[in-house]
Amino acid sequence: MVINLPLPLKMLLRDARAGELRVLALALVIAVASVTSVAFFADRVWQALTREANQMLGADVLLVSDHPFALELSEEIAKRGLDRAEGVSFVSMARAGDATQLAGVKAVSAGYPLRGKLRIAPRLHAEDAETDAIPPPGSVWLDERLAAALGVEPGQSIELGNARFGVGAVLTLEPDRGVSFFNIAPRLLMRVDDLAATGLIQTGSRAQYQIYVAGARAATDAYENWAKPKLGPGQRIESLGNARPEVRAGLDRAQQFLGLSAMLAVILAAVAIALSTRRYTRRHLDGYAVMRCFGARQGRLFVLFGGEFVLLGLAACAIGCVLGFAGQAMIARWLTDFVASSLPQPGFYPVLQGFAAGLLLLLGFALPPLLQLKNVPAIRVIRREVGAPRQSALAGYVLGLAALGALLAWQAGELKLGATVFGGFSAAFLLFWLASLGALRLFAALGRAGSVSWRYGLANLRRRSRANAVQVVALALGLTVLLLLTFIRGDLLESWRTKLPQDAPNRFVVNIQPEQVRPLAQFLARNRVEAPSTFPMVRARLTAINGRAVGATDYADERAKRQIDREFNLSFMLTPPPGNQVTGGHWFSADDLALGSVSVEVWIAERLGIKLGDRLSFSGGGASVTVPVTSLRKLDWDSMRPNFFFVTTPAALAGFPLSYMTTFRLPATDALFTTRLTRAFPNLTVIDVSAVMRQVNGVLDQVIRAVQFVFLFALVAGVLVLYAALLSTQDERLQEAALMRALGASRAQVAGAQHAEFLALGLVAGVLAAAGASAIGYVLADLVFQFPWRFNAAIWIAGPAAGLACVALNSWLGARAALNHPPMLALREV
Amino acid sequence: MVKAAGLSKVVPNGASTLAILHEIDLTVMAGEAVAIVGASGSGKSTLLGLLAGLDTPSEGSVHLNGVALFALDEDGRAALRAKLLGFVFQSFQLLPALNALENVMLPLELAGTAGAAQLAAAMLERVGLGERLGHYPKTLSGGEQQRVALARAFVMRPKLLLADEPTGNLDAATGAGIIDLMFALNAAAGTTLVLVTHDDAIARRCQRQIRLVGGRIVA
Repeated sequence: MVINLPLPLKMLLRDARAGELRVLALALVIAVASVTSVAFFADRVWQALTREANQMLGADVLLVSDHPFALELSEEIAKRGLDRAEGVSFVSMARAGDATQLAGVKAVSAGYPLRGKLRIAPRLHAEDAETDAIPPPGSVWLDERLAAALGVEPGQSIELGNARFGVGAVLTLEPDRGVSFFNIAPRLLMRVDDLAATGLIQTGSRAQYQIYVAGARAATDAYENWAKPKLGPGQRIESLGNARPEVRAGLDRAQQFLGLSAMLAVILAAVAIALSTRRYTRRHLDGYAVMRCFGARQGRLFVLFGGEFVLLGLAACAIGCVLGFAGQAMIARWLTDFVASSLPQPGFYPVLQGFAAGLLLLLGFALPPLLQLKNVPAIRVIRREVGAPRQSALAGYVLGLAALGALLAWQAGELKLGATVFGGFSAAFLLFWLASLGALRLFAALGRAGSVSWRYGLANLRRRSRANAVQVVALALGLTVLLLLTFIRGDLLESWRTKLPQDAPNRFVVNIQPEQVRPLAQFLARNRVEAPSTFPMVRARLTAINGRAVGATDYADERAKRQIDREFNLSFMLTPPPGNQVTGGHWFSADDLALGSVSVEVWIAERLGIKLGDRLSFSGGGASVTVPVTSLRKLDWDSMRPNFFFVTTPAALAGFPLSYMTTFRLPATDALFTTRLTRAFPNLTVIDVSAVMRQVNGVLDQVIRAVQFVFLFALVAGVLVLYAALLSTQDERLQEAALMRALGASRAQVAGAQHAEFLALGLVAGVLAAAGASAIGYVLADLVFQFPWRFNAAIWIAGPAAGLACVALNSWLGARAALNHPPMLALREV
Repeated sequence: MVKAAGLSKVVPNGASTLAILHEIDLTVMAGEAVAIVGASGSGKSTLLGLLAGLDTPSEGSVHLNGVALFALDEDGRAALRAKLLGFVFQSFQLLPALNALENVMLPLELAGTAGAAQLAAAMLERVGLGERLGHYPKTLSGGEQQRVALARAFVMRPKLLLADEPTGNLDAATGAGIIDLMFALNAAAGTTLVLVTHDDAIARRCQRQIRLVGGRIVA
């Protein structure tokens, strides 16, 4: 039976069978898979954020504050007949026997959560179930991490502050914890009415207060509108529209970063597409001319070839989307700490994104060479020298470059960042391109002596310099990324670690009440633990600069918005803190001490637009003060010492509620010291800084692994470019090899010539990659992280070695084809 | 069938120009077989290209089946070719990605003819390649490739067949076989034939020979 397929489809199947479109299709698949793997993942998280927003809030409207709410706000909820629950969250030490662990405590009232359900299990790793209850009085629920860290199971007990609680269950799911970045402290859930017994909420305690509201949409909207103007500084409303702004901002950035990483594969794929379409076009010149001879009109042929490419594009996009879908599952698995709960299935939007990206690439980079077919005259069937298209220069790809630019801007989410990245990529391309052209010339110059194979192989470097430079640039880019993610990453982390002093304190103690300062010092001295100094700490908000009230709306910068919205930890002292350097103005003079003044850290001063001489107003705990800025300080954030943005003269903060903090290095021989300390001072919070660092490192590792995964697409695309470039010169190579063989060259001589050429290509690409990765590493170390850059010799071995390995594979494939092709056949074909 | 009048072709040659054809007047009647002979560079292939409308003349006109060829635009000429012409080339010009059957099907498919596969298979049977439908050009000998090309030309039942050195790439024995086949198919279909060759023996098999020397008809 003959199935009558449309002609473009028949042409596609015939070309596919002949292997004409393999590289083009693969490049498209890789590009689409790269883009969609990130898009699918992002889409799932966005869906979790939007569709399940009320579950993520645990309410329809959530009021959040860093100090207790006015009674009026919660009474109004009852008046309006809405559902209400309350919560207080803070971090504190939980103890069980000899084990201590910093826990994220959440104390809630009955009814919590108003939207979504808690899930609990009777034992660790047992099957869990939904519950409408909260822990009964005298009992707490721990999440798995906390239960494991403390070594307790339901039925046993733990201590928190001054109180002892039974462990009632293992908490497996908290809806409003759905997507959380940096879940540093594991969860302890308790009743809010049990809180007083712990004695943990005291002056200077950093706690967050929540009021959960739920009801009919109109009623909750009305309440939201009523409550909004009544909120003070440090208070905000989260509702379905604006839920979790910090998560959204964080996700935005993560998506931006992963999306732009994905673009590297797209850019390399674009090169592969352009190369392979050019080859396709060259090989179809005669066929096109023959069809013109048969009387096919130009328009019809264009539709046929265009149709064939569009069909190919659609098929490749579909396969790319399937691969991308599998890829996103990997990303989601690696980013488990970012995404705590199970995510909804992705929607259709990423598929559209994938198809749009794939078809744009095809349009931009396959269309220009394909359009050249239109210029092929039919007379070529009789006179072959007529009508070979000109080598299309970069100008032919204006459309493609525009398409790439648009894709970059789309992934970046903003024009400026997109343009910057586009500029960065272009500069890297140009730099690598020029360097590789220069290096290949140098090699060619070296090739004037030596064996025939060597001379002939290296002479090819110059003859095919453009095609070779494309191969070198593609390979070098792929390798740069790899080296950056392996060697340079390790170097940076190592440099950072060695910068930390060996005896740096590894525990911070906060929440120390004034009357505990002396007993604590005595306790530490008795245990021979040296605590270098104790700092007074006051929590206050910056309310005005030079008498003008400031708030989040005054700043465009996200970080400035976040900072100004929070209470700062202020300290006061007579001498500059160790490791601080006054960079502007002068440290407190006798006059300053008498009148009151403040010293500001330079980074925050820049963020918030504070200058020397400005008058800053702070308020907190019912007190307020206005002081002039008399100095700016630079401080060393990596010192592991307590650092303060604002340091005032002692008298300035006299009226404010006060607590203290200190640091110490945990004695290596006394594993139970923290337990004894928190038992003696149950309200103290001991933060294991090294554990926090480990956790941050762990999260960083996960992000790096996700990025590495995305860059894997780039590497595959890079190898594909290499292969496409090899194919683009393969016909020529076959003919040359055939001629050499016909003229009596041995197989070894032909192979030797090819190996000499590829050896040079691999070496140049590897050295360029090592140089590129080192340069980026230097910039990161010196300018971004500001620590001394360590030269790594290994990278200069690994880079060229990897370059040679990649090229060796290609060389083997290429040489094999040239050698296994009978010379007669090659000469007849070409 | 074919009427060329005052046909000239001049191409730029550095600062000056080079005249490849000088005022050629030529008429070929329907059903006639005409050979254009001449040495290399005498303008044979250029004349053939102009008769097919593959190239445009500097001066003069060509009428095919009464239609003024160069009054049409490129697409119009292509449409006329589709209706009237078949081609056989020296270098066969088979598409390497297509097998024998698909190569013969291609003009039918481009014209949207129904039953292309059956027609093409029957035509390949007639040229003796019925057993080799699925073979690709690179697995066929030169003679076999030219037979596929003949099948491709005749499957469209052209009124006029233009053949450009059809045996130029073949040895004498194979070439003779191809010429026999071509004349047999031509006779059976009643097709008008214009054949370009430098081989006088082949030219003599045509009813009339036109000799070109330096772009002019001398006999």
